[in-house]
Amino acid sequence: MPKLPLEGVRVLDITVVWAGPYCTSFLADLGAEVIRIESLNTFVPLGRGPMAHPTEEDLKGMSPWAGATPGRVPGARPWNRYPIFNAHARNKLGMTLDFFRPGGMDIFKRLVKISDVFVENNPTSTMENLGISYPLLQEQNPGIIMLRMPAYGNTGAYRNHRAYGLHIEGVIGHTLQRGYADMDPSANSTVLMSDAAGGTQGAFAVLAALHHRKRTGRGQLIELSQAENALPFMGQSFMDFSMNGRNASTLGNRHPYAVQGCYPCKGDDRWVTITLFDDKDWAAFVQALGIPDWCREEKFADAISRYRSHDELDRNIAQWTEQLETNDVMRLLQSVGVAAGPVMDQRDAYEDPHLNEREVFEEVYQEDTGTHRYPGAPYKMSETPIKIRRGPVRLGEDNEYIYKTLLNCTGEEYAELEAQGHIGMDYPEDMP
Amino acid sequence: MSDSALGDVKVLDLTNLIAGPYCTKLLADYGAEVIKVERPGIGDGARRLGPFPGDVPHPEKSGLFLHLNTNKQSVTLDLTTQAARAVIKELVKETDIVVEGFRPGTMARWGLDHDTLRSINPTLVMTSISNFGQTGPYRDFRMAEVMVYGMGGEMYSTGIAEREPVKLGVNVLLYQAGATASVATMGALFAARDQGIGQHVDVSIMETQVGSIDRRMSTLIGYQYSGDITGRSPLGSGGGYPYGAIPCSDGYLEISAGRNYFPRAVSMLGSPAELQDPKWYAPGAQRDPDLKEEFDTMLLTWSLEQTKSETWAIAQESRVISAPLNTMEELAEDTEFNSRGGFIEIDHPVAGTLNYPARPFIMNDSPWSVRRPAPLLGQHNMEILNRLGYSSGDVVRLRQQGAI
Repeated sequence: MPKLPLEGVRVLDITVVWAGPYCTSFLADLGAEVIRIESLNTFVPLGRGPMAHPTEEDLKGMSPWAGATPGRVPGARPWNRYPIFNAHARNKLGMTLDFFRPGGMDIFKRLVKISDVFVENNPTSTMENLGISYPLLQEQNPGIIMLRMPAYGNTGAYRNHRAYGLHIEGVIGHTLQRGYADMDPSANSTVLMSDAAGGTQGAFAVLAALHHRKRTGRGQLIELSQAENALPFMGQSFMDFSMNGRNASTLGNRHPYAVQGCYPCKGDDRWVTITLFDDKDWAAFVQALGIPDWCREEKFADAISRYRSHDELDRNIAQWTEQLETNDVMRLLQSVGVAAGPVMDQRDAYEDPHLNEREVFEEVYQEDTGTHRYPGAPYKMSETPIKIRRGPVRLGEDNEYIYKTLLNCTGEEYAELEAQGHIGMDYPEDMP
Repeated sequence: MSDSALGDVKVLDLTNLIAGPYCTKLLADYGAEVIKVERPGIGDGARRLGPFPGDVPHPEKSGLFLHLNTNKQSVTLDLTTQAARAVIKELVKETDIVVEGFRPGTMARWGLDHDTLRSINPTLVMTSISNFGQTGPYRDFRMAEVMVYGMGGEMYSTGIAEREPVKLGVNVLLYQAGATASVATMGALFAARDQGIGQHVDVSIMETQVGSIDRRMSTLIGYQYSGDITGRSPLGSGGGYPYGAIPCSDGYLEISAGRNYFPRAVSMLGSPAELQDPKWYAPGAQRDPDLKEEFDTMLLTWSLEQTKSETWAIAQESRVISAPLNTMEELAEDTEFNSRGGFIEIDHPVAGTLNYPARPFIMNDSPWSVRRPAPLLGQHNMEILNRLGYSSGDVVRLRQQGAI
């Protein structure tokens, strides 16, 4: 039986919110022993969820992605039940430790000695306050790999600027290139593309550093500015500015040269996207619709005319799609080789025959939430299949293993750390 | 390069356009030797997509191609010919990783499927990047970028309730797919080097969105837990205030200072007397539309008097989570991005010297570097074929057969 690719690699993880935790979820999926370190005495906003002790009323007011705990009730330990956290917490171990309490840094240093990688995504000043730096880690373990993921960088005037992904995307120019073309950017939704980019390329960075260490024996410091990291994604418009001094703006759902749109279907809030790249697509599309009269009009005769009459074309297409179910539009148009597919809500995704046949969702049990179907690793490997081996990690779930087995703490030491507020599975009751 | 992270890794790149080339760009820019195979006379489709200087198309001047293919070598091979496939099999002997982006089944039709290639090189990693994956009922469907977001990602809740769902900016999803493929490929490389296992990695672009942390995984799990669908919100109905893009004298500042962070917004406005009124801090104040309107009037009166970068500086002094909405020009001219090395000038023999996005992350001991600009079509034919043992006469014959 082959081992998972990263079996034997230990990762210390003090990341928060999304970009950092997404990075370590890739490493955990690939078999690394990822140890999440969390404090019982701090509740990071949007970390384990919106609130440590919500009422049922609080939960009802929250968006599903943030606050939809099972059945929308708090349960005994609500912090183990939020989608915002459980999305990235599979395959990880969890321990509690308070860096600010006596003994905290000592335990941390002992962990560093036995680990391969350390990952954090805090503002630069937070790490300075904690006193955690690459030299400090190296003193404990010369071969350690440290990945830092600040918003803009650990140096420069923006080093302590506060940002979520939404703000990073504003700075690198993504926000002005998305959203409705006929509305101002205040109508834009909160989008967190740069968290996905940061987490993914952060994982790639760690893998590259581990590979390098195998050859050289040396660890290293990696600095991933989340803004710089997502900048290559803007390549096409960045190069257009370099070449032509042009500033790209949003096209909405339109394509630079194809006919493309998002059209209403039968039912409530049902939509399909269609893209007609060229004359061949247009001919197939017209055939599929049964050659309605409007298709023959001069203004739709060639690609340039169609693009010029895009608004009118959209109205005609919408009149057709409105009479059909989303999946019928997809099947009909795909059968003649035209790119069309539904805009899937979350139920659609879980019911989708393609995703189900490919076993994209995996049924997983977790003590505080029960059994549910979670999206698994976003790729398939033939010889070392990547599975969800363990449900979303609960706060402090692996304290015994980490303190006693990995760090060889005696029962006495363990009890003392517990009394000092380092070890536990519950936030204090007065934490909101 | 021995001091780069992946200096001992060899990659054969059979990809086109964006997702695949971005995956191999990450490998190449951190040191891997990447040989890119292109169709003779035509090349990578990205060569025909712009932008082009002065909007004049030229296969060696596409900004998209130049950006995505730094540090790669180009060899032209017509894979429909036996002679070209023989060259691929020779190259596979000295390759760690093949990345391919053809329609599923194409490699097998050419006798270049993973099983065949692994019989030549038992530890070969082959990564296939396709729209919907190598199996399943949608396997052969046509795809457009907007469709990836609609079917795989969180398009359904992007936009406002009054309108249709709306996609993200230009092609970002395809870059995300390429980045995801690079992680999976590196994972497979570990298994190859440590355990001698060659394997096939199947990356479905759609699934890189299903498994994306950009809201999709959370909304999916939220639905599993509660049965609640995440849809689009009505215009201006964000939770709390101030929240969203606020207008300044020269553009917009994105700002998140509602709810718990409201006191920071008050401090940003200089803590005026009218914001000391207890009504602002009463339970429910953050959900009161009249108070929101009153606050927004005060906020906009203030913000419209100053530029977005001035407003950003003041906001950050009060630790308000915020950022300007930059144009490409503002980004390219930003002093901080420039002084940190966020961009790099690269000289290319045909396209000339241009400013490019630089490294995604800084590796202190094994730096990112540009060793060569994007290749000319077939630039390395002779060099690579000679290395494989083909004589100059053989190369001429291959050319006559149309194989290169």
